[in-house]
Amino acid sequence: MYVADSRSTKAPAAPTPTTGPARRGAALRAVPGAVLALGTVSLVTDVSSEMVTAVLPLYLLTGLGLSPLGFGLLDGLQNGFSALVRLVGGHLADRRGRDGSARHKAVAAVGYGLSALCKPLLLIVHTVPLIGAVIAVDRTGKGLRTAPRDAMISLACEPAHRGRAFGVHRAMDTAGALLGPLTAFLVLRLAGGPLLADGGERHGYDAVFTVSACVAVLGVLILLLFVPNRPSGDDPSTPAPTLRDSLTLLRLPGLRRLTLCAVLLGLTTVSDSFLYLLIQKRLGLSVTLFPLLPLGTAAAFLLLAVPLGLLADRIGRRTLFLAGHGVLLLAYGLLLSPLRGLPVVLCVLVLHGAFYAATDGVLAAAAADTVPAEQRGAGLALVGTGQALARFACSLLFGALWSAVGGTGALAWSAGALALCVAAAAAVLRPTEPVAAPAPAPAVEEAE
Amino acid sequence: MNLQNRTRVIVLLVAVLLLGAVGTGAVLYAADRTAERDRAQPGGPAVHSGRVTLTDGGGGRQLLFRNMAWGPQRDEITTVPADRPDGPRTASGVQCLRFHAAAGTGICLQAVHGALEDTYRAVVLDDHLRERRSFPAAGIPTRSRVSPSGHLAAWTVFVSGDSYAGTNFSTRTSVVDVRDWNLRENLEDFTVLQDGHPLQAHDINIWGVTFADDTTFYATVATGGQTHLVRGDLGARTLTTLHDNVECPSLSPDGTRVAYKKRVPGLSADAPWRLYVLDLATMTETATAEHRNIDDQALWSDDHTLLYALPGDYGADLWTVPADGTGSAARVTTAAVAPAYLG
Repeated sequence: MYVADSRSTKAPAAPTPTTGPARRGAALRAVPGAVLALGTVSLVTDVSSEMVTAVLPLYLLTGLGLSPLGFGLLDGLQNGFSALVRLVGGHLADRRGRDGSARHKAVAAVGYGLSALCKPLLLIVHTVPLIGAVIAVDRTGKGLRTAPRDAMISLACEPAHRGRAFGVHRAMDTAGALLGPLTAFLVLRLAGGPLLADGGERHGYDAVFTVSACVAVLGVLILLLFVPNRPSGDDPSTPAPTLRDSLTLLRLPGLRRLTLCAVLLGLTTVSDSFLYLLIQKRLGLSVTLFPLLPLGTAAAFLLLAVPLGLLADRIGRRTLFLAGHGVLLLAYGLLLSPLRGLPVVLCVLVLHGAFYAATDGVLAAAAADTVPAEQRGAGLALVGTGQALARFACSLLFGALWSAVGGTGALAWSAGALALCVAAAAAVLRPTEPVAAPAPAPAVEEAE
Repeated sequence: MNLQNRTRVIVLLVAVLLLGAVGTGAVLYAADRTAERDRAQPGGPAVHSGRVTLTDGGGGRQLLFRNMAWGPQRDEITTVPADRPDGPRTASGVQCLRFHAAAGTGICLQAVHGALEDTYRAVVLDDHLRERRSFPAAGIPTRSRVSPSGHLAAWTVFVSGDSYAGTNFSTRTSVVDVRDWNLRENLEDFTVLQDGHPLQAHDINIWGVTFADDTTFYATVATGGQTHLVRGDLGARTLTTLHDNVECPSLSPDGTRVAYKKRVPGLSADAPWRLYVLDLATMTETATAEHRNIDDQALWSDDHTLLYALPGDYGADLWTVPADGTGSAARVTTAAVAPAYLG
């Protein structure tokens, strides 16, 4: 019936063997259509949102004359708020519609739609508080859609292939994030305006916002048209979870352990902006190369997301999640070492991208293993929110630590804390059975 | 939505065409509006191409600035006699986004239009506005200054990344000695001294250098949501905080006062700054008679008068106001920004 269904509906009926030589070829062939559709939605939406993100600081500075002060904290607060909204989105998505199926797609559509609405609003609002409000609504949309989207990915594929499915999704997502800024600068170039908008020449920026809005609408449309209303793993006969069910999710031992580990490790994950600042300061990077650092991380993430997702399916998602933080520890170590120069910078960026590839989608896949299908949205939201809030707390702590003992000292403390947390997380996660074990039918995953 | 696959693809194709048309229209409209700026507007300042030098040339004191008037000489450094600032402009053919000059040395911050992205560079110019040396700049130019001796040049650019680096952004300020090309690429490497103690913070930003002599300068240091006036020492590589809430300082020719942007409490977030003057001996602040929001590093035309840019019909106009808080603001000329007096 659906484009996406044509392949994915077969999956539960004929589970692919997870061992043997045939596995790898089959694995690459059969990424469910729903996952590809959701990946495309994320790619397109990321192009749209990164277009705005890439020019917004310049727009605020040169178009509106904002001072380079105090924007960072606002940004952190909004990300924290977005993480809390994610819980709401996860719970709402698990509730049932009139036909008995979960409302993942509907909640995701509202989230994507809300963000799409914000882009044309940027054409109208020209004051800093109003722009802040529009960005807040945009982040709310992002918070709402994240958990249902990941729930749909996890429900659309067999449990044994979740690592790969999330890897494919994250790779597509990151591709969009890389294409967005390029599109924005191309639009500015075609619009003929210099980036420096002296005295309110904002035509170029208006063109960027308009194109971004069009791209965002396209993303919503692809979601509505090509993502199945009901993922193959969703069983309409199961009872709808109540708010109480969502609030007591932590009673699930697997989810509780994973959330604890995500929070512990999130508390010691130094934020990207701090890491790039340290790379520049410690490795003596030329200031002109500084803006390219995020591209290095994203490129490594993009290239490694799928291979590491496959690896997660093979060796276990929790194992890879822990190993990913080990890779981050290596990056910290390299930064703290006396080594200098461009090759070291590249190594740190590759390790940083590998850390994301080994942990971002893999955490969602591991979390999906621990939550029954009917509570998937709220369960994924819980882990993701825990991690995001922990990282936010880490940013505040790291900033304070930097003021007290300097950037290098703060990084050394973080590295020590990360090592301890990885050891603690390994201990917490060890008692569970290997996740990569074949799961013959969706019923098994509800057993935990 | 129980649509056939074919229907869905058709809906998508139609949407792509419609959205593509809207996007293309927006880009073309913007390009058209941008192209208008290359056509001279009736009633605008008269501009003609000619020879521009940073030396006296026997013509008396001159005022140089980036010409913002629409037409072929837009963005070029132009000169007018200092006593007739709204008179006919002579355009140099050198395009700069930001500019300053003193004692035969010019600093010009330019955009380099690449295949995809604009990059920026800081160019040190000789007295005939010829390039002596250029340095890559990491972002959008905002401030530039040459020391009174012409030996040092400083520039500030904005650096920003994509969302992986957060929506926050920062400044980079560099200083170069044009005698030996000794480049201090990032003043953030200097030690910030607050109350005698080194200040460590991850969020230090520095901008708006103004030179006293070949060693000493003043600038803004921001950290923790607060701006400070600092006195910098190029030899000792230190920045010592002197006063709070000072942005874009500009030192008077006699070296006794600093004109600056003050973030006045209670003003709207869109227009938070007023033009103030700080006496460095007594640390007393004086509000000028300019009551509008200012976002510029002011320039002293002499020991008593300030020159600064305000938004205008062609981007920016130059205005003047007495430094002692008396009098009132008056427009000097339209369609001009980044001024420098020579001679």
